[in-house]
Amino acid sequence: MISVQSGDFDAVAEYAALRASGAGTGAIATFTGLVRDSGDLQGVTGLYLEHYPGMTEQVIQELVDEASKRWDLREARVIHRVGRLALQDQIVFVGVCSAHRGDAFAACEFIMDALKTSAPFWKKEITSGGEHWVEQKDSDLERSQGWE
Amino acid sequence: MSDNTITVRFFARLREELETEQLVIEARPGLTAGDVLADLASQGGPWGQLQGDQPVMVAINQAMAKPGSAVEAGDELAFFPPVTGG
Repeated sequence: MISVQSGDFDAVAEYAALRASGAGTGAIATFTGLVRDSGDLQGVTGLYLEHYPGMTEQVIQELVDEASKRWDLREARVIHRVGRLALQDQIVFVGVCSAHRGDAFAACEFIMDALKTSAPFWKKEITSGGEHWVEQKDSDLERSQGWE
Repeated sequence: MSDNTITVRFFARLREELETEQLVIEARPGLTAGDVLADLASQGGPWGQLQGDQPVMVAINQAMAKPGSAVEAGDELAFFPPVTGG
């Protein structure tokens, strides 16, 4: 399940959906990203997120497909929010289930790392002093390249 | 004629600084995404950044592409900054 949406999501409901994936599931790994108060700038009060409708969903699907080839993945659920978000709002959810924890941890981290450097989303930080489009980080690229 | 055109879309910082969400150009034989970037950059002003120091990503028909990739009539070409989601 892949969703790009402006509304919030219920991480507990997502976990429950993963848990219902069948008796073969022995491990669930989830990641939730939140809006924090500092990024490129200090004193961040919110974010604005833009995406490329159609392409974004397709790229995420390709990442999930790639994760399914590399690891024993029984199900994956990826949600990414767009639009205006406030401090501490949930931005992104990645949840995967597998027979064993190793595959679940790895697939969850891979999807999240690859999403950050290949899915067309752009983040703008909002502060009391103005707005700023976030620059791509070398550290994010390195993390993503580490999976190649 | 809509038959012989290419839609060019811009996102995020580029969309704001170019004050353009999308435009339509005429297709021509042998045209590449890089040719379109060069044509647009030659208008000067904020358009110059399309061939500036900051990287510009290219997508054709919603799949990642390269400046050397061919664009044809009916294609959707997109230019955007490196992505920063998650």
